[in-house]
Amino acid sequence: MSDHMKLFEVFIRSRRGLDHKHVGSLHAEDAQQALEYARDVYTRRSEGVSIWVVNSSDIVASQEGDCESFYDPLDDKPYRHATHYQLPEEVNNM
Amino acid sequence: MKTEFTQAELEQLEARFQARIDAEEKIEPKDWMPAGYRKNLVRQISQHAHSEVIGMQPEGNWITRAPSLHRKCVLLAKVQDEGGHGLYLYSATETLGVSREELIEALHEGVAKYASIFNYPALTWADIGAIGWLVDGAAIVNQVSLQRTSYGPYARGMVRICKEESFHQRQGYHIMMTLARGTAEQKAMAQDALDRFWWPSLMMFGPHDAESAHSAQSMKWKIKRQTNDELRQKYVDQSVRQAEVIGLTIPDPALKWNEARGHYDFGEIDWDEFNRVINGNGMCNRQRVAHHIKAHEDGAWVRDAIAAYESKKSRRAGAAAAQGEMSCQTI
Ligand SMILES: [Fe+2]
Ligand SMILES: [Fe+2]
Ligand SMILES: [Fe+2]
Repeated sequence: MSDHMKLFEVFIRSRRGLDHKHVGSLHAEDAQQALEYARDVYTRRSEGVSIWVVNSSDIVASQEGDCESFYDPLDDKPYRHATHYQLPEEVNNM
Repeated sequence: MKTEFTQAELEQLEARFQARIDAEEKIEPKDWMPAGYRKNLVRQISQHAHSEVIGMQPEGNWITRAPSLHRKCVLLAKVQDEGGHGLYLYSATETLGVSREELIEALHEGVAKYASIFNYPALTWADIGAIGWLVDGAAIVNQVSLQRTSYGPYARGMVRICKEESFHQRQGYHIMMTLARGTAEQKAMAQDALDRFWWPSLMMFGPHDAESAHSAQSMKWKIKRQTNDELRQKYVDQSVRQAEVIGLTIPDPALKWNEARGHYDFGEIDWDEFNRVINGNGMCNRQRVAHHIKAHEDGAWVRDAIAAYESKKSRRAGAAAAQGEMSCQTI
């Protein structure tokens, strides 16, 4: 079946003002059908107010194996964090 | 989506929109919104985006001259953050249906404004401390309040930005503290920076509420959640103690704790100066915009190269498709 039904990733906004969050995927003939299926499969308990469906094949993802070259250089930059700066107690809520 | 409405339909849509705002619900890009709300947001968010990016200039100016490798790394990281903030905010503006190109053009033509504070020069190393402590400090007061703004993408951008801002103010304060505890000359340099940046920082909150052109409508639409004067007061109240702790003096003889109000009273801003700078005649206005235009023009070859690559790719794809058709026909 998945030979001719494309895979879609489903994202749901659970409440106005929040980001869409990835909830899972499903097979559908086209985007419109994917949207309807997503409603049936992922929002049966009113989990969302808005659904995004995206062709899985359109998602470009970094691999965990790439982690080192992607993120490693950031480990030696503690000065990007507020806690790196020691301030007097009275103004430390800054 | 339907775009033409009768007067009655429009009123109904507007009522529903305002009810949603009154109920503290966010407005999202695909929702119907009044044209004025959209316009007001485009103005405010793009102005905010321009401020982040133009704000990189006075600080960037000191990266090569920071007094130690560590301070250089910190300043570089901060300026990099500000560029990122510009990106988040331009992207949020684009969800309202304007293009980045239009926004940049408005900046270059002087139609769009940015925070007037960035038209003051950073003359000494202490100014980098004062900018982090006072200018980022004022920006944070404003941005914390805007985390509750009614437009979803703007509110979420603010949450992200506030998280990243947390080190900006502290690193600036740390510079000021270090100078204030240094030699007499270093302490004087810190005091001088405070003297020059204090009043322009207060101006960052904009005109008094009574004079503010967009305030009332922005409050009703909850684009703004607190008024200019409320935010300014909050900023003054928090800054006084911060100055005291490092032995620096805020340059305002009228500054005084008011027991009855539970706030500090403070002197009047020089509104002539405010208007002069806002209207393009501050110390660095021309330089800031000219520099942005130059950087934009110097980068034209990159955009040209991207466009050339795109058209080459689509030409090749077109040729490959035509080839495919040909071979089908011959079968
Ligand atoms: Fe920023
Ligand atoms: Fe900042
Ligand atoms: Fe900012």
